[in-house]
Amino acid sequence: MTDIVATHRPSSGIAATLRHARYVVSENRVTGFAFGLFLVIVLAALIGPYVVPYDPLASNTTAALKPPSMQHWFGTDQLGRDVFARVIVATRLDFVIAVTSVALVFLMGGLAGVAAGFFGGWTDRVVGRVADTIMAFPLFVLAMGIVAAMGNTVQNIVIATAIVNFPLYARVARAEANVRREAGFVLAARLSGNSEVRIVLAHVLPNIMPIMIVQMSLTMGYAILNAAGLSFIGLGVRPPTAEWGIMVAEGAAFMVSGEWWIAFFPGAALMLAVFCFNLLGDGLRDIVDPQRRT
Amino acid sequence: MLGMVFKRLLVAVPSLIGVVIVTFLLTRALPGDPAAYFAGPAATKEAIEQIRVKLGLDQPLVVQFARYVKDLARGDLGNSLTTGQPVVQEIKTRLPASAELTLLGLIVSMSIAVPLGIMAATRPGSLVDHACRVVATAGVSLPVFFTGLILVYVFYYQLGWAPAPLGRLDIFFSPPPHITGFYLIDSLIAGNGELFVASLKQLILPTLTLAIFSLAPIARMTRASMLAVLASDFVRTARASGLAPFTVIVVYAFRNAMLPVVTTLGMVFSFLLGANVLVEKVFAWPGIGSFAVEALIASDFAPLQGFVLTMAIMYVALNLLIDVLYGLIDPRVRLEA
Amino acid sequence: MTAIPLLDVRDLTVEFSTRRGAVRAVEHIDLTVAKGETVGIVGESGSGKSVTSYAVMRILDRAGRIPEGTIRFTGIDVTAASEDDMRQLRGREMSMIFQNPRAALNPIRKVGRQIEDVLTEHVKASSHEVSEKAIEILDQVRIARPRERYHAYPFELSGGMCQRVVIALALACRPQLLIADEPTTGLDVTTQKAVMDLIVELTRERAMSTILITHDLGLAATYCDRIVVMEKGHIVESADARAVFTAPSHDYTRKLMRATPRAGASLRDLLPETAPATASVTKLSPRSESRAPLLLVQRLVKEYPRKGSTGFRGIFDKLTRGGPAPEPDMFRAVDGISFTINRGESVGLVGESGCGKSTTSTMIMRLIDKSDGMIMFDGENIGDIPARQFSRLPQRRRIQMVFQDPTDSLNPRFTAARAIADPILRLSDIKGADAVRARCEELARQVGLPLELLDRFPHQLSGGQKARVGIARAIALQPELVILDEPTAALDVSVQAVVLNLLQDLKESLGMSYLFVSHDLNVVRLLCDRVIVMKAGKIVEEGPTERVLSAPEAQYTRDLIAAIPHPTFVSQHTEPHRAATL
Repeated sequence: MTDIVATHRPSSGIAATLRHARYVVSENRVTGFAFGLFLVIVLAALIGPYVVPYDPLASNTTAALKPPSMQHWFGTDQLGRDVFARVIVATRLDFVIAVTSVALVFLMGGLAGVAAGFFGGWTDRVVGRVADTIMAFPLFVLAMGIVAAMGNTVQNIVIATAIVNFPLYARVARAEANVRREAGFVLAARLSGNSEVRIVLAHVLPNIMPIMIVQMSLTMGYAILNAAGLSFIGLGVRPPTAEWGIMVAEGAAFMVSGEWWIAFFPGAALMLAVFCFNLLGDGLRDIVDPQRRT
Repeated sequence: MLGMVFKRLLVAVPSLIGVVIVTFLLTRALPGDPAAYFAGPAATKEAIEQIRVKLGLDQPLVVQFARYVKDLARGDLGNSLTTGQPVVQEIKTRLPASAELTLLGLIVSMSIAVPLGIMAATRPGSLVDHACRVVATAGVSLPVFFTGLILVYVFYYQLGWAPAPLGRLDIFFSPPPHITGFYLIDSLIAGNGELFVASLKQLILPTLTLAIFSLAPIARMTRASMLAVLASDFVRTARASGLAPFTVIVVYAFRNAMLPVVTTLGMVFSFLLGANVLVEKVFAWPGIGSFAVEALIASDFAPLQGFVLTMAIMYVALNLLIDVLYGLIDPRVRLEA
Repeated sequence: MTAIPLLDVRDLTVEFSTRRGAVRAVEHIDLTVAKGETVGIVGESGSGKSVTSYAVMRILDRAGRIPEGTIRFTGIDVTAASEDDMRQLRGREMSMIFQNPRAALNPIRKVGRQIEDVLTEHVKASSHEVSEKAIEILDQVRIARPRERYHAYPFELSGGMCQRVVIALALACRPQLLIADEPTTGLDVTTQKAVMDLIVELTRERAMSTILITHDLGLAATYCDRIVVMEKGHIVESADARAVFTAPSHDYTRKLMRATPRAGASLRDLLPETAPATASVTKLSPRSESRAPLLLVQRLVKEYPRKGSTGFRGIFDKLTRGGPAPEPDMFRAVDGISFTINRGESVGLVGESGCGKSTTSTMIMRLIDKSDGMIMFDGENIGDIPARQFSRLPQRRRIQMVFQDPTDSLNPRFTAARAIADPILRLSDIKGADAVRARCEELARQVGLPLELLDRFPHQLSGGQKARVGIARAIALQPELVILDEPTAALDVSVQAVVLNLLQDLKESLGMSYLFVSHDLNVVRLLCDRVIVMKAGKIVEEGPTERVLSAPEAQYTRDLIAAIPHPTFVSQHTEPHRAATL
């Protein structure tokens, strides 16, 4: 057995986490790229609306349907609005939708799943039934139904996304909690006088977090795609709001007649954002999981 | 095996009941007044009221629900308010349209994704491996409607290789006699080669769109599963016994690796059903997805209820099929109580 | 005239490329195996013994390579051979069996088919002949009803039977060399003996050579002609089995020999000769003057519903059966046992897997509820308190446990300090971060854990270090009764020696009583005053350790003792002062 030489740096605490984060980011270029892109997105979301050259809502029919040029980097749409401005401003809305949906579904689905997996019995059965009922619907169609019934506002889109992702989170969390239910350290925690609730929150949950975080970043991507899809069929945000999905919908008709830029740039932005969140998930897992530390 | 099937069916019943109730409530919660829609824009208040009574919409919800369930038991899914046709009829014509597209998309996707995943797992760190990972991540990131639009722009508008995205058949052709509802099969049965080619041409772009969409999760799962199985003890034993590479990879590794992939297929199918809605809009496909969207926008709840119920039943049947398939591959599921 | 050795390894070096650069697992080793010879490779974890055999078979991991040295098998240079050539050799001329037999078999393929796959690959025969041959081989490895069992799947067979199937796979084509990599680890001791005897019989019959890789020096000495001892990738000694066992020349071999629990040795004898003389431990006087037993267990029962007797299937079966059930509905894991543990005593609980010893200890720990019977602790009936409530009671701190698997029993997200502090935070009166930390450090000192390791995570600690953390956590509240569930089973033998001594010292200095659950009779002999032998949920024999182990009354106990590997030359030459063979 190789004997580990004692180092002088502590292996826990905030400083160590940051140091490990820096190591992970520098070691894997793809992760570094994803983090960089993430920062760009956050930046665009924060200050985008203040620095765009044109008003995203101002229509100017004389300048309609102009291809990309030096004045309008991404061209203009059918109402003469600058596509670049609209794409940047839409970042904030889509980002907010992504983050809130994920937070909501993690709280609902994640905690329900952990309880179901750890305690079993009736909790498991009830959560299972709820998840099965939701899963019996094609998920996107269910989201459509919920938004149509409740009205297409951003809040309802977030709620619909959360509900639709509930079964997946519940299932992942349940499986992870189930594996750890009979683990030695859980038994040891009982011997140390921990109550069941404390074991779930303080002992089991921290072990599940890495997987949940990867799942959460993947869901952020899915939430944006979901909102965009809903907008595409007319059940998402309403015009003239700038949102990537509705911009693609509005530009779809023009794609067939050759004005490709109206739908292309928001679609490309969508793709880039989702791509970034997916790559981010893997990088985050490397940072959060202490077993990856050398 | 039979016991397992029976048990699954029993478990599905409460889910279906839940679906029926939720659908009913959701559709009743839709905005818009179907009676007003039905009566027309010029109708008077009394006329609308009359229609409301005729449709039974003035009754309390519980009564309406009871009536709905009674009709269901007879196989009557009601009539669409917008077309006046019985919903069952509409579903019968539109379901095969979507099914043909989805099945074809799934077949294309699997025939690319599974070999890709296997090759990526058997040659880690190689070009194929990186390509697989990029495909998997990019595929998941692309919005399905965006893919469709780009394909239309490139292959129809720019290159002119594909026909216009105007539905299942060009206007010059009429559909083959309805046997399965699948144009490809029906045209072959009718012996009409030209019709077959025409149907196929219309199918190419939407199939490709759906295939690209479902490629990613299948490739990713196949790769991950193969990697895990290739590192397992029994594969080591197979190698140590000097078995040929084909035997090791296909007979020993792949069969075991397919198990999680089969389970993933259920999830992928659910995604595909949702993606159908979007793809049908891009390609003007007269399928069940566009049927549902039209009904949703018109607050026409009979077709909506029929659609959701059909989807749910199909999904239950599909999951059952997957469980049976799983049981065929893995004897532990069959034989252990 | 010296015959060409069957296997001739010269100056072999094996390297693995890792994130931190190339790591040498094996360096410049020389090894020969003659025809018909059985050679044992003995070493602890990290010694490179398994890697050597993987190199011989050329089934190294993708990251592994052979930069230097040659391996010659029947004169063929294996190191330079192509993959195709190797495939001809594997299974046909040289084959291997591994640890963990059930995992080594394809779970979704019938065992008969798996044997056929090997035959079809290497032998030209019709499919009918191949099937018959497979059944014949199953018979040769002593599997009952081979024609029926041909159609079985691995999950339907016991661990011992799975290992026999693996042996069948390996010997199907009559190879010249069999490499057995820890083939008996994880098996019950009686099964171990059966498997080893089978291997010896079959290999002798076919004049095969064998390489036996093990960490158990006693096992190697019993079954091998020659022994090669490896440490950290080097061969430190290579000689006749008798020579190595009775008169080891290298320091490391001597250390291993000393550390192996055996008859006639005391705990202190297990430690290396050069170990610092520990100050004699002051024995703490018992905490209470009472002569009453600390733990009293009477007619303890634990029942589980038999699999398949509940739910739909069960009801369906019951309705269609038409007669009484072939087996009772309830399965008794523990079937009415009674015993006591006195203060300051160390009692061993031994038995093979499935005997109910772990269930018994879990019930005494109050982690699960009993079905019937009584558990009295210090005069108080704790058996009736539901397990769910027990963690909040003051009695919780008086009974603690050391777990078998140090990796599984430590929370991967907690540092060592946090893990040790957990019981202190929950159940003790010590408050405040500094006070808790001080207590953790005190405990670390007591168990011999260097203080700088306290802030490490479990995956950054070695097996022995993790074991110490587990022990520190168990004694943190100064319990009166500690249950030790195979605490050293997962440790290397030299580490085990140190940990056993530590446990004994702690018991004396803290005045604790032990219930030591184990399958290893030699370890029990060293640490326990009394021993209880269990089988199928019942107590078969109990009494003072020396008496039970030297003059057992029950047949089962005799079987257990007979199954312990003991080299035939030991009784004559070592321990001459002992008359009995054990």
